[in-house]
Formats: sequence, structure tokens, C-alpha cells
Amino acid sequence: MTLPSFRQASLGLAAGLAFAALAAPVQAAGERVIPPAQSWSFSGPFGKFDRAQLQRGFKVVKEVCANCHSMSLMRIRNLSQPGGPEFTPGQVTALAATYTVKDGPNETGEMFDRPGRPADAFPAPFANEQAARAANGGAYPPDLSVLAKARTYERGFPRFVFDIFTQYQEQGPDYIHALMVGYKDPPPAGTPELLPGQYYNTYMPGHLIAMPQPIQDGQVEYPKGPDGKSPVPETIDQYGKDVAAFMVWMAEPHLEARKRTGLQVMLFLLVFGSLLYYTKKKVWSRMPDGSPAH
Amino acid sequence: MSGHSSYTPKTGFERWLDARLPIVRLMHDSAVSYPVPRNLNYFWTFGGILMFMLVAQIVTGIILAMHYTPESKMAFNSVEHIMRDVNYGWLLRYLHSNGASMFFVAVYIHIFRGLYYGSYKAPREVLWILGVVIFLLMMATAFMGYVLPWGQMSFWGATVITNLFSALPVVGETIVTFLWGGYSVDNPTLNRFFSLHYLLPFMIFGVVILHVWALHHVGQNNPTGVEVKNVQKETVPFTPYATIKDLFAMVCFIFVFSYFVFYQPNFMGHADNYIPANPAVTPAHIVPEWYFLPFYAILRAIPDKLGGVIAMFAAIAVLAFLPWLDTSKVKSMTYRPVAKVMFWAFVFVCIILGWLGAMPAEEPYVTYSQIFTALYFGYFIGLFVIGLFEKPLAMPTSIADSVLGAMPGGSGSRMASATAAEPHAKG
Repeated sequence: MTLPSFRQASLGLAAGLAFAALAAPVQAAGERVIPPAQSWSFSGPFGKFDRAQLQRGFKVVKEVCANCHSMSLMRIRNLSQPGGPEFTPGQVTALAATYTVKDGPNETGEMFDRPGRPADAFPAPFANEQAARAANGGAYPPDLSVLAKARTYERGFPRFVFDIFTQYQEQGPDYIHALMVGYKDPPPAGTPELLPGQYYNTYMPGHLIAMPQPIQDGQVEYPKGPDGKSPVPETIDQYGKDVAAFMVWMAEPHLEARKRTGLQVMLFLLVFGSLLYYTKKKVWSRMPDGSPAH
Repeated sequence: MSGHSSYTPKTGFERWLDARLPIVRLMHDSAVSYPVPRNLNYFWTFGGILMFMLVAQIVTGIILAMHYTPESKMAFNSVEHIMRDVNYGWLLRYLHSNGASMFFVAVYIHIFRGLYYGSYKAPREVLWILGVVIFLLMMATAFMGYVLPWGQMSFWGATVITNLFSALPVVGETIVTFLWGGYSVDNPTLNRFFSLHYLLPFMIFGVVILHVWALHHVGQNNPTGVEVKNVQKETVPFTPYATIKDLFAMVCFIFVFSYFVFYQPNFMGHADNYIPANPAVTPAHIVPEWYFLPFYAILRAIPDKLGGVIAMFAAIAVLAFLPWLDTSKVKSMTYRPVAKVMFWAFVFVCIILGWLGAMPAEEPYVTYSQIFTALYFGYFIGLFVIGLFEKPLAMPTSIADSVLGAMPGGSGSRMASATAAEPHAKG
């Protein structure tokens, strides 16, 4: 049994992957529609998250996305840490208590349910992958924790070179937002008949997605401003932006600290580097034998 | 080059120690009084930069290892734990992952500098070969480090690359089984890669000591390729001259390094590696890290698997034979009109191979890869042939002439006259 399986592994994987497979199952590489770039508050060297946007994004995630998607790397307490949505610790404790968490075993060896605490991870909507698939027509809703960094598209030459200087790196949130607004029902003419459990999305590579349109205009109620109306529209477009921003924070919770520290480091290096430059010039202005430098 | 030691112990303790373990003398001779050609340009600062990068990688790596779990079900989450919960964990991890890329940026500049100025020629053959050994060890270390986060690209990259060894006749399958610790890439593979990833940097460090030893024995090459004739006139002591220049260059390099760490930390990585490893799902494109792409292109250019593996390793091994493949006695390409053109063509070929390595293995890229693989090896054959015929330009007779006389590659007569007017010549 081991020999055939080994053969299969070495032949199938090696020959297949390294040489041939790259050409074969590339999922409709030509059918990729590039998601339009949005303007994000966290882009660029001085980028910061918009707290209100993160709070709105969390509301949408909690009420809509989290029904199917897990956020296994997130702790509830993260919601109040600096650089995030910055809910108050009181709000977070109250939120945590709304979840039921399985804990144990206790001194009699029994598992038991208790109200959640801020230090708990976000409870997953399904017990395991199989349960998630069974409830979603065979598709597995991916974990959202680092998804904003795990989704991208080919930038191509020369754009990827310009990206170094423009610091464009928001392919992930652009794609997530585009996916929210990209559903077409009915699909455009020329699309092959959709199978049950398939939906048409303009921005999904290959256009076929197993997630039904997750949200409708007005589905999630946003906090009201002083005039009794939400300061931002309650539309799919806005929901998509808010969810994408929240997911960027979830994937990169220390983004603000990183960019802030970066500025300090760059300024220090600039000053230190200039001092070194003039010191170097001074040292090299005279050779040890007294002759002038070249 | 080293010659007589200029160290004089000043205190009683130093004299006592010097008679028993002359370690202060060793440091003084190699980092203070060591004579450095005075005409080195900034391309010579990358040795020091590489030393800094090696130490930086080891330091950040050791701290990361304190928080990382080399277990296939926990590795991905433990890296995310570092990114989220460890104090400044995000900084350590981004320094380490971008540090690997910057290490290769520096080493490629260092290698191409050696190629251009003929630093591999006598008496520096052993120095050069040790460098090739370091390069190989670096590649192994970087490859195994990339596997540790246990993302999709980690897993599938490891699967593709370890499978290459199965192409070797007779021993191939045994080697692969040993690499995997089983019959597929799995937890035992991760365990041994972690162990080796921790070990290899210290082996690199050992070879670096030999590399520096060899360097300090034969002395540095310089942009003219003419050996130092008059230590008094043509060299400066390492400290303060080289120390301050290396330090300045290092800070400039760290500036670029920091730019990526703080502003574009995932630019040189691959998004798929933020998806946990899944043996059941193959990514659409399996692409190695950018610094392996030229070699990956050479691997895929050959339609036969064993042939591809041989070509890939030959592309690195051929460097070790370069001191004997290049038949010209002239070191610096500044004075080699034909070889200089070939050198820049070779740089271009390497960049194109890098681009081809990132492309899917389909036409027309396969044909291009084959053409550029031929051109890659053609460079070494070319150097062999050209060296026999090429007429070098007039060279300065010494470093002093070059520095104090005229522009490099200028006429011989002007150089000769410059020697006479040396003290007043324009610096």
C-alpha cells in the first residue's frame, strides 16, 4: 500500500505540479475582472482606521457574515484595544456576555456552558468544517481572520513597481468590497446555466461563487446621528466598504502602530544617515598620509 | 596584505592577555588597522551589510522561535499569535520575513559586484567559492524558513521543491522520503525543516568567518582590479575610513529595508501564504519567493525532470568554477570592452529569467525560458572564449595612478604623467 501511494505522490505531485499543473487548472485566469480601487482611510504612510467605520463594519460582520463565517483568530477583547474599533471595555464585556461558550471540564469532569468573557475567541458558527459544509450546500465559508491579506490579484508589470512608491496594497479590501456589489441576478447573457448553489459574481475569479448574495440595501441598521438619520447610506456599497475596512483591521490589528512607528524610524534614519554622511566626508577629506582624497 | 601587526597593548592587562590569547590583536588587525584599497566604491559596502543582515536574521529568528510552534495544526496560528498578541511580534515577524528578501537583494548586488570587477580571480578563488557555499546555504535556509508559517504557498512550495530530488536516479526516492519524514509533506517535514532552519544560519556564520578570513588574507579587490602595490599610498586603515563608509551605507540600506517593513510588509510575500496549508487544495499558481525565480525558470525550461534539476543546480554550481572559466587575466570589466557588454547582457538575462519564473509554464514562456537558460550558461562559455581574444583597454599601472591620475580607462600616457604630478593632482 505504501509503495503505490508513494509512487502516486512522487509522480503525480512532482511531475504534475512543477511542470504541467501550472498550465492546466488556472481558474479562468483570463476571466478575472479587476476590482475597482476604493479610497481607504488606512492607506498610505499616514493611514489610520476610521473608528466609526470599523464599528459599523463589525455590526455588519456580527449580524450577517458571522452567521456562516468564523473569526477564529479574533478575541472579543481585541475590539477594545487601541488602533481598532475601540469599543469601550464595558461595551466589550457586555457583548462577550451575549455569547455562550463551552468550557470545562469542571471538577466533576463535565463540560459546561458559560457566558462569554472578553478573553474568549469569537465562537464559530459551526462546530467543524463538515458541519459548515453540510449547512452551506457543500461549500466551506472561509475563516475571516486574515482573509483581507489572503485575497489579491496580479498587478502585473509595471504597476507592481509603481506600487512600491504609491504604497498601494489594498487589493484585498478592494476585492472584498467588489465582491459584495458584484452579484448579478440574472447572470449576463452567455453565462452557462448556473447549477444549484452557484451564483454569478462579476469579481469572483471564474464568476461562479457558492456564497449567495449575503446582504441587501437597508438590511443592517447603522447608528443614527443627531438628526435621527445614519450619517452614511445603508447600502450594499457602504456595507461592503465597512466590512472590508473591518476585515483589514482584523487581518492587521497593529497596522496603525506599524505605520506610526515607521514614521519615527524613517525620520531617525534620515537624521542619523545625514550625520553619518557628513562624518564620512570629513573622515575621507584627508588620507592618513596627509594627501587629499580623490 | 595583512603583513606585520601594528597592535601595541597599552595596559598591563592587555599585555597579559595578548601573551595568552591575542584576541584583541586579532580584532585590531582585522577591524582597525586592516588596510583597505582607497579607491573602493559603494558596491564594496555590501559585505558589511550582509554581515549585519545575517546577525539581524539570527536575532529576530531566535526571538520568533520562542513564540512559534512547529506543529502542522498549530504553526499557522502560532505565527498569527506572534503577529497579534506578542509585544512587537508584528515587527519581529515582518523584520524577519522582509529581512530574508533584503538579504537576497544585498547578496545579489554583492555577487554581481564580484562578477563585474573579477573578484573571483587569483588569488581570490577560495574566497569566491566560499561565497558560493554561503549562497547555497542561504537558499536552503530561506526555502525552509518559508515553509514554517505553514500557509498554502509554504506547503505547496515545499511539495514541489522537495519532489525535485525524486528525479535523481537510484537514491532519489529515498532522499525525498528522508526529507519528508514520511510519504508526503506533513508534520514531520515541518519539524525537521524548523530544526534545520535554526541550524543552517549558524553554519552560514561559520562559513562567513572563513570567507572573511580568506578576504583578510588576500586583501580586497578594487575597481581597477590592479592589486595593491604600495600599502602606504594605496590603502587606508579600515577604521575610521571603511568603518564610517560601511556604516553610512548600512543606514541607507536599513532605510530601504524599513520602508518595506513598515509600509509594504507583504509586498515581497505571496497572499496565498495567508491561507492555512491544505493538502487537498492546490493553488492556481505555485510560485517560489522572488529570489528563486531565475532558478525556477531554468528548472522548468528543461522538458525532462532530471534534466531540469541538473540545469538548476548547474546554474549555481557553474559560479564555483568561474575562476577557471574566465580565461582573461584582466580582473575589472572596466578595461574589458567586450566582456563588459556581456556582463550587462547577463544581468538582463537574469532579470528576464526572474520574470519567466513567475509566469505559468505555458507557451510562449517555455520557449523564452529555454532561450534565456541557454544565454545564462552562454555567459560562462562566452567569458571562456572572449578571454582568449579580447584586447583590454589601457589600464592604470597601480591604484595610486588610477586614484590620483585620471579617469578610469583613460590613456596610459596620461596616467604616467599623473604619477609625476601626484601630490598636486586633483583628487
